[in-house]
Parts: sequence; structure tokens; C-alpha cells
Amino acid sequence: MLKISKSRLGELFDAVAAKQTLYIPTDREPGAAEYKKYESGMELTKELNTVRSAKDFFFPQTENLADFKIEGKTIEVKDIREECGDFVVFGVRACDARSFTILDKVFLCEPVDSFYKNRRDHGTVVTMACSRPAETCFCQTFGIDPTSPEGDAACFDDGESIFFKANTEKGQAFIDSIASLLEEGDTAKLDEVNAKTKEIMAKLPLAKLSTGNFGGDKLNEYFNSDKWAELSEACLGCGTCTFVCPTCQCYDIRDFNTGHGIKRFRCWDSCMYSDFTKMAHGNPRLTQLERFRQRFMHKLVYFPANNNGEFGCVGCGRCLAKCPISMNIVKVMKALEEK
Amino acid sequence: MQVNENFEPVIVAFCCNWCSYAGADLSGTNRLNYPTNVKIIRVPCSCRVNPMFILRAFQKGADGVIICGCHPGDCHYTSGNYFTRRRITLLYSMLDFLGIERNRTRLEWVSAAEGAKFAATMEQFTADVKALGPNRRLEDLRCRKQ
Amino acid sequence: MQEAMIKRAKELLADGSVDRVIGWKRGEFAYDITPAVFTSAEELERDFVFDDFTAANVSKYLVKETAKEGKILAFLKPCDTYSFNQLIKEHRIDREKVYVVGIPGGPKLDIEKIKAKGITGVLSVKNEDYTLKIETLYGEETMPFSEAVLDKCASCKSKKHVAYDELIGEDGDVLESNRFDMVEKLENMTAQERFDFWRGQFSKCIRCNACRNVCPACTCENCVFDNPKSGIDNKAAADSFEENMFHIIRAFHVAGRCTDCGECSRVCPQHIPLHLLNRKFIKDINELYGEYQAGADTTSRAPLTDYTKDDCEPSVVHERGVE
Repeated sequence: MLKISKSRLGELFDAVAAKQTLYIPTDREPGAAEYKKYESGMELTKELNTVRSAKDFFFPQTENLADFKIEGKTIEVKDIREECGDFVVFGVRACDARSFTILDKVFLCEPVDSFYKNRRDHGTVVTMACSRPAETCFCQTFGIDPTSPEGDAACFDDGESIFFKANTEKGQAFIDSIASLLEEGDTAKLDEVNAKTKEIMAKLPLAKLSTGNFGGDKLNEYFNSDKWAELSEACLGCGTCTFVCPTCQCYDIRDFNTGHGIKRFRCWDSCMYSDFTKMAHGNPRLTQLERFRQRFMHKLVYFPANNNGEFGCVGCGRCLAKCPISMNIVKVMKALEEK
Repeated sequence: MQVNENFEPVIVAFCCNWCSYAGADLSGTNRLNYPTNVKIIRVPCSCRVNPMFILRAFQKGADGVIICGCHPGDCHYTSGNYFTRRRITLLYSMLDFLGIERNRTRLEWVSAAEGAKFAATMEQFTADVKALGPNRRLEDLRCRKQ
Repeated sequence: MQEAMIKRAKELLADGSVDRVIGWKRGEFAYDITPAVFTSAEELERDFVFDDFTAANVSKYLVKETAKEGKILAFLKPCDTYSFNQLIKEHRIDREKVYVVGIPGGPKLDIEKIKAKGITGVLSVKNEDYTLKIETLYGEETMPFSEAVLDKCASCKSKKHVAYDELIGEDGDVLESNRFDMVEKLENMTAQERFDFWRGQFSKCIRCNACRNVCPACTCENCVFDNPKSGIDNKAAADSFEENMFHIIRAFHVAGRCTDCGECSRVCPQHIPLHLLNRKFIKDINELYGEYQAGADTTSRAPLTDYTKDDCEPSVVHERGVE
């Protein structure tokens, strides 16, 4: 496999950034990493993952859809869509990479979301295999192998060098564009690192968590479970889980009056909010229990039922780390499975 | 700070109906000029002014916001302006804490008989805000006129 | 202490004085504690926990709980009792329906601080004589207890319980704390430096609303940010103005009612130091309108619903701090 010494990563980033926009995960403060547009000198984070997920690149938190100009009694509708520039997102973990597959199922099915497609077509995802999973990781539960991530191109870190492998044509094109900086390398040490990682994976506290009985055919049983009251009791209805989650995809569309026109934009919404999907007659889910239940039923039952068994969760562990009252999908899965 | 010579600030003035709005009327009937930059919004009492109004004014393009009310002790509703005083002091202190320029906000007591004071206050405030340049720190980029 | 609390809770459940207990439930790992209501001795025995990670303030849940029938036992740390009093004052909690047991306060630990040291794969955390022995997937690590203490506990203002029906353990005193130090530091920076600092912080905000939803002072049933009629209902911060606006307005709405419990900063997923905004208001109120601690009692008027004829003018802002 082609590789580059880790000490030369800066050169690699400079070379990529010279031709297209590059985003890498970098430290914002000790313990917290975020994706930032690469500037010379920026260093790759040592954190396992970023606080906000990589879905931001294809499904940003706010996005303008159209502009309206009102003159007298006429309204002019402006299509403000622009072709997106090519960009590379580097260092995406296996869990976040799988989330793109899930989002594609939602946004790229008919009718195709042109805003999402625009970014997806122009973006190259370069993933990075994990070697130090955290106690909150459970990607294995959803059939994801952190030592072999998806994405257009995958990177592997053996401690001294980063190895590159192409998974798609786009990935191959990416590797070809930096080929002058790479050299052939021996993967013996890498194989050792991967073997060690697999050992740790087997020892993770959540290694035995399985998707077992979840899926469309158990809908009524789970929906009517008496465990929801206890599970949703402490939920604040804040929306943190939905915003850090790489697969949550609900959005709201609103109009903003700028004083000299209207901007129609969409922004992330959360099914945890009390006014979620509020309709003319009111809100369909009036209690936090119903809203809480909806979120997990969607991820564990409705989504797989509609998408050939693909679950709406990738086991990244962000909700485990960020929920203010420490409720999360793992606790829900375990409670529902408890007899 | 480099300020464009042609820059004319947009000033929003919240004036209470009973004293300061009448004071503004008086400056008009006395033919005292005050800058056309000032857009007056009449409120029943200065304590009707919600901090959201002030932020909204900045959002929609105001460069300076001034609140005018009755002198303490003379509020038409007896004690409204006492509440205004506390509320606005804390709000302006918070805006200062966040780095918003101090001279963009002001509170002034103007009675119905003080037409001259109204005109002079608006003149001074407009000049102060003009020296600061356009509001960039509390601006909503979507509302900026191209 | 955990044993004593479980024992007392079981006693009160058994003799019928209360029919449920609010406390904390252990999670998957050492540090993920969820506030929970217990209705039986078995549940208490199995799940109740009180340790270095039980920092959550349960007083806000009492708003929902006292709307139900029956009486609930609440374990409140000193800082939680201030929130409790404030909620009583605002008529959000029915005092008759709560039996308050005052328990010792922190300092509590912050798992984020442990992780910020590069310690990952945390399986367990043990306090041995103020050194933390942390067992991880990658071996054992140690760090001083003092370096993992929650920010809000590091600037504790009071170990005194201002409301309780009985106490387990000792009552403490109001403390001389350094909680206004960072506020003062910011006041002494120039306006441009302050602006840059806050822009750097607010641009991280993802509008998750965790701060608002965990805050005991934010109990509006229909929040202005969720109300389409207010004109400021926005689900996301579409630009820098909206990022600033949410925090200015929320801090203002709780001004004079905020008890400085520190939950807002603790729960923020992006580590924005929100408590600095609230402390700025508290410091201003102390300096301009007299020392006031929200929640210290249930009868005094909040500073923003009160006035004196000799209050200072807003122009005082021009005379203080650094421009």
C-alpha cells in the first residue's frame, strides 16, 4: 500500500489544499476537536473523534434555499443554487463514514435533494481507521469495522506512517493527485496495530450489544413497552443528541424577512422539541415520552423497516458523551431488550 | 477607525408617549432641527421597551439605539421608568461586556417641555454613532443592504 | 453517604411519608449519571447512586413532579437548595409536596477534564486520598483530584443548605469564592478583545438548548424561542447575530433569578462558559443595587422586579471597566 511518513503530513495537506478546499479535524481546545478548513500549519487532532459530526459538510445546520424579492404586487423567486467547489474531508472515522450511506438513502432517493447532491458529488471523503476506540464506542453493533472504514479513500495509521487505500474512483483520483508524495510501504506493523485494535474492540464495555430483535416486525411490541416512561423521565427535550448525531436528518424550512426581501432557509430541527412537526391542528406528540419514543423507534425500528434492515445509528457514542442527563440509545436498547 | 465620509447612521429612538414623544413634537413645533437619521418608535412607557426590541433594531440595520422616557418620579404610570432604569442599565452593561461599543446605546430622560433637549440629544447621539461607523458587531449579515 | 441516603429513603417510603424519591441512577460507565425517580426499595437498592459524578441539579424536575399527586423525597446538595428556593418563590413548585433532605455538596468531578488530559477508554474512576486512580482500556492512569473538579465546584459560593426538612451530614457556611475573577478579567480587557473572545465562544454554539432546558430558572411552558409569535423563534443560529442574540436574551431573562448553580456550563456540549454571562449580571446587581443572592430566601423581590428612587443611571456603564 502507498504510504507517507506522519512527519510529512503537513506537506500532504498543503499539496491537497493547493488544488481544492481541505477540511481536517483539529483541536479546538484540549479534549475537543472540530473540522476546520485547513490552513498551513494546522495539525491533525489526536482526539478519537470530533464533537460535531461530518454530516455538516453535506447537510449543514442552516442553508439558504431560495430568495424572494417583493416589488409592489409581484414576487420574484430567485434560485440561488450554485455549483459547489470541490472539497476533501480528511480524517473521517468509520462511524461517520457509514452515516453518509444512511443520509444518502434519505436525500438521494426520489425526489433528489439537489442541495445535498451538489455537495455529495463535489466532496471526497477520506477516512481514517481507528486504533484507540473509546468506552463509548459501539460501531461493531451495527456491523461497522473501525479498522476498515468506508469512504472514497481510507487511511491507516501504524504509528509512524499513514497508509492509503482507494475504495472508489474518486478515492483513486485523490490518491493519484498526491502520488508524488507517497511511496510503497510494508504493512506488517499496520497488521499488528489492527490486530491489537481488534483485541481492544472485543473488550469494549459495549462489545456485546446487539441489534438482536430490533427491526420492523417488532413494531407494536416495542411501541407499547412500559419501559418508555422510565426512560424518558429525565429527558430535558433539549436536542443535543439530535445535533451531535451523524445520522439525524430532520429539518425545518422557514422564511426570514431581511427587511428588503425574504430568504427561505432550512435548518436542523429536533424531534425532541415541543413544536416539532407542528401542524395546523397542533402538535401530534404532546408529551416528552412520545417524542423520546419516536426518536428511538425511528432509529431502531422504522428506519430499518423502510431501508432493508439498515439501522439509523452508527454507534459513534456522541450521544453517550454529550447528553446532559446521560440518557442514550444504548440504555434504550438494553432496557427494551430486558425481559 | 476609518469612517466613510458619506456614512449616515440609522438611529432608532424609542420614545415614551407622554413625555419624550411630546418633547419631540415640541422640538418640531419650535422649528428646531434634529437629524433625519433618527427614526422614532412611540411606546406607551419607556418600560415597554423589551431588550429584544433593542437587539431587533440592531439586527434590522440600526447603528445606534436610544431610549427616551419621562424623568424618574414623573412617569405617567408612576413607576415604569424606574424599572426601565434598572433593566436598561443591566442590558447596556451586558452589551458592553460582549464588546459592543458603548456609544451605540443611550438612555435619556426628556420631558414634554424639553423640545430643545430632545433636538440636542439626537444631534449629539447621531454624531457619536457616526464617529463609530456602521454597526458590524451586532449586525445580521442577511439584513445588510447590498 | 450513599448508604445513609438509601437507608433514609427506604424508611420514608416505608412509613408512607413520601411515595417516591428523586435522586440519581447509575449508568453504563463510571460517570454517566441520570437523574431518576425511584418508587420502591428494590429500585433504590439496585440503581441509586451518590458519588463524585452526581453533579446534576434535580430541583427542576420537581416542577413536573409536584404537579402530580403524592409527596416526593428530594435529595438536594447546597447549591441545589438555592434553585429550590427560587422555584418556590416563583410558585413553580408546591412546597407541601416535597420532603427535602439536605446532603453534602461537592466538589464533583468532570469527566471532560479527565478526557482532556488524553485519558481515554475510561472504565472506572476511584478517589484514593485525592488522587484519582482511573482504570482504562489502555492501562491505569492517575491524576490529581483537584485537576478534575468541575468548574462550578471550583468556585463554590456556599455549602449552606438554605432549604431542608432534615439533613444528612453537616450543614456548611456561605463561602468567600473567586467566582467573579474571570468576569473581572474580561471587564478589564478592551471592547475589541471582549468581542473577539465572545465571538470565538458563541460561534461554537449549536443551539442545542441544553443550557436552557437544564436551567432551573428557565421554566416557561412556552419559551419565547419556541413561540412563532415572538418573531425570534429560531431553531438554528443562521448567522453571528442569532448566535449572540440567544445568549444575550436568555441571560437577561434569568437575570436576578439565576442562583449560579453552574448547570448551564456543565451541560454545554461545546464547553461555552455561559456562567460568565450570568455572573456578570450577578456582579452588576451586587455592585449597583446591593448584594443579592437569588434563592437564599423565598420572600425577597428579585432585583429586576424592584427599584429604588435613587438607582444609578445607565450612563454608569460609561464610567466602569475598560472601554
